[in-house]
Amino acid sequence: MENLNSYLIVSAILFSIGTIGVLTRKNAIVIFMCIELMLNAVNLTFIAFSRHLGNLDGQVFVFFVMTVAAAEAAVGLALMIAFFNNKESIDVEDVNIMKW
Amino acid sequence: MFDNVWLIPLFPFIGFLINGLLGKKIKNETVIGGIGAVTVLGSFIVSCMTILKLLSLPGEERLAEVKVFTWITSGNFNADIAFLIDPLSCIMLMVVTGVGFLIHVYSIGYMHGEEGFYRFFAYLNLFTFSMLLLVMGNNLLLMFVGWEGVGLCSYLLIGYYFHKKSAGDAGKKAFVMNRVGDFGFLLGAFTLYWFMGQNHNVWTIQFTEMAKSSHLLPTGGIVTIITLCFFVGATGKSAQIPLYTWLPDAMEGPTPVSALIHAATMVTAGVYMIARMNYLFIRSPETLMVVAVIGACTALFAATIGTAQNDIKRVLAYSTVSQLGYMFLAMGAGAFAAGIFHLMTHAFFKACLFLGSGAVIHSMHHALHHVHSHDDAQDMRNMGGLKSKMPLTFLTFLLATIAIAGIPGFSGFFSKDEILWQAFSNPHHGGLNLLLWGFGAVAAGLTAFYMFRLVFMTFYGECRITPKAKDHLHESPMVIVFPLIVLAALSVVGGYIGIPKVIGDTLGGIPNYFEHYLEPVFKYSHEYMAQHAAHGGHHSVALEWGLMGLSVLIALAGITVAFTMYVKNTELPARFTAAFPALHRAVFNKWFIDELYDFVFVNPCKAFGRFLWKGFDVVVVDGIVNGVAKVVMGFSGVFRYMQSGLIHNYAWTMAFGVVVILGYYVFK
Repeated sequence: MENLNSYLIVSAILFSIGTIGVLTRKNAIVIFMCIELMLNAVNLTFIAFSRHLGNLDGQVFVFFVMTVAAAEAAVGLALMIAFFNNKESIDVEDVNIMKW
Repeated sequence: MFDNVWLIPLFPFIGFLINGLLGKKIKNETVIGGIGAVTVLGSFIVSCMTILKLLSLPGEERLAEVKVFTWITSGNFNADIAFLIDPLSCIMLMVVTGVGFLIHVYSIGYMHGEEGFYRFFAYLNLFTFSMLLLVMGNNLLLMFVGWEGVGLCSYLLIGYYFHKKSAGDAGKKAFVMNRVGDFGFLLGAFTLYWFMGQNHNVWTIQFTEMAKSSHLLPTGGIVTIITLCFFVGATGKSAQIPLYTWLPDAMEGPTPVSALIHAATMVTAGVYMIARMNYLFIRSPETLMVVAVIGACTALFAATIGTAQNDIKRVLAYSTVSQLGYMFLAMGAGAFAAGIFHLMTHAFFKACLFLGSGAVIHSMHHALHHVHSHDDAQDMRNMGGLKSKMPLTFLTFLLATIAIAGIPGFSGFFSKDEILWQAFSNPHHGGLNLLLWGFGAVAAGLTAFYMFRLVFMTFYGECRITPKAKDHLHESPMVIVFPLIVLAALSVVGGYIGIPKVIGDTLGGIPNYFEHYLEPVFKYSHEYMAQHAAHGGHHSVALEWGLMGLSVLIALAGITVAFTMYVKNTELPARFTAAFPALHRAVFNKWFIDELYDFVFVNPCKAFGRFLWKGFDVVVVDGIVNGVAKVVMGFSGVFRYMQSGLIHNYAWTMAFGVVVILGYYVFK
């Protein structure tokens, strides 16, 4: 099981890429994709540990994460369409009227 | 045996519920008044049955407690809704329901056409209910419920004409002054309960239990404190110095209220309470002395004020205060039976006087109203010569006046003379006795003077209202006159059940039935006196006769002076006023006691309240509240810019926070 570390490293790299994407990109769809990337990085960790420890709990968790991600995608895309209808834009910099 | 006594308070309570809840819809005065009077009549009938049953028992068995249900039980503390039937409570029952019934009947006529007729009868029934609880309760707590109940009804009825500011103020004054007294009552009750429980393991507030264990109590000491607290309660309710000033103002209420509450029943509650706990008071010579001195001073002091008042009801109010002083004088002399006797006779003649004055006011009011005059219908200076216009009212009023003046043969003579003699001869106060008797005797002379002044100014001489109005003066309807006649008859013959011993002996051994009847109630006091106190010096029969004659002479002198000043030579009062302007001014203004109280208590209280308002509330309390709000606003003014509305800012903050927290756990 010496290759657990490899999986974790790949997962960490994916997660970091996702995080940086969320923090820096302005296009809502790209941010959304980055979130998906983060979620799947976590999924990879779950699978790796599940295999390493030899029990199926982690795999079950992954199914849950995927389900939630699918629901989130539906809601998120609906939000974006609604937003685009109003502002002709999906740039998150334009979503700024909820402030002081 | 006495299983149905719970009906006595129940009837008026039902009347209160019907009139209070439905009276506005009933509207018909006959029905409302009928309900009010009939319920009290029901109580009166049951009371009569009760006292007859009681009298059929041998003397020492005349005590019964009828428990209706357990009210409060908590550890050692136990209070029942239970009624105490003994000679004392029976007498009070007869007075409250009997006189109460007559006054209810009278009110039907007197209150005719008044707005809120149903309200009046509802309150009156509630009052009767509370008063019955007060006299029948077998424990201190139930008595206190009645005690507060009558206070409440008194307040409500004084302020019956609440659209008049003076009536509202008078009600408030009565309530506040009574609160002072009630506080004393409570402190006394708490101290007594605690002391008996702590030291003798007798945890009780039941009167009979307390009486049985009263031999455990010391003489003086803590008992003095307890009884003085109770006496403070009595001064509030029974209008004694220093808490008497509310009673004259209470005359703002309708006249039947003055008769029932502020003359015959409620104001005697303090006297009743002392008689009920006589075994405590007898154990404290100091308290007895305070009670006697306060009583004697009040009797004299109030009588002096009564001599110069022009409002017919105010004269009677001061007279009531003065007569209550006599009752307390009797209590303080340890002559509890004499005090209760005077309570009863006073209820008869004072109720008669008040109702009579009400009839006069009623008639005056209508006459003045007819000619659209705004003269005061209660001012005696507007009356005069009513004798021929209202013969029945005059006759009953005169009989009651003779009774209160203490003319031999009438009820007031027997009771007042017994008190004066007891004040003189009791074994408690030594050299003070002569002074107590002197105060009482002078007050008796003043009583005769101001009462006959009232009669002469009202019923004799020339009628002083306009001739046109005079033609509208007329005798009151039967519903008003009937109670007057009954009460006048009672004030004449009511005294014969308690003929003082010295007279009874002379007449061939007629015993003092009343004193004998009340004997069992004061048994513990008598036992205590037999064991402890040295017997008072034996006074000769001749001395007693002499003093009696003297007090009668004083009363006759008072009448003569009144006759000279107000019938024969009517310029005399004016000349007297001119000769002693300062004295007249002081007496006329009630010795400026109200002004003194305003200066010493009311105004400092107001000033303190103003300080708490302007100084404490506005500056400190509001300052803290507003200060907190200002600080929060200051901080939020800075921090609100964190809410930039930009998702990236939030995301960065979150990421940064996660890094910090993770970093903490990793590098810890």
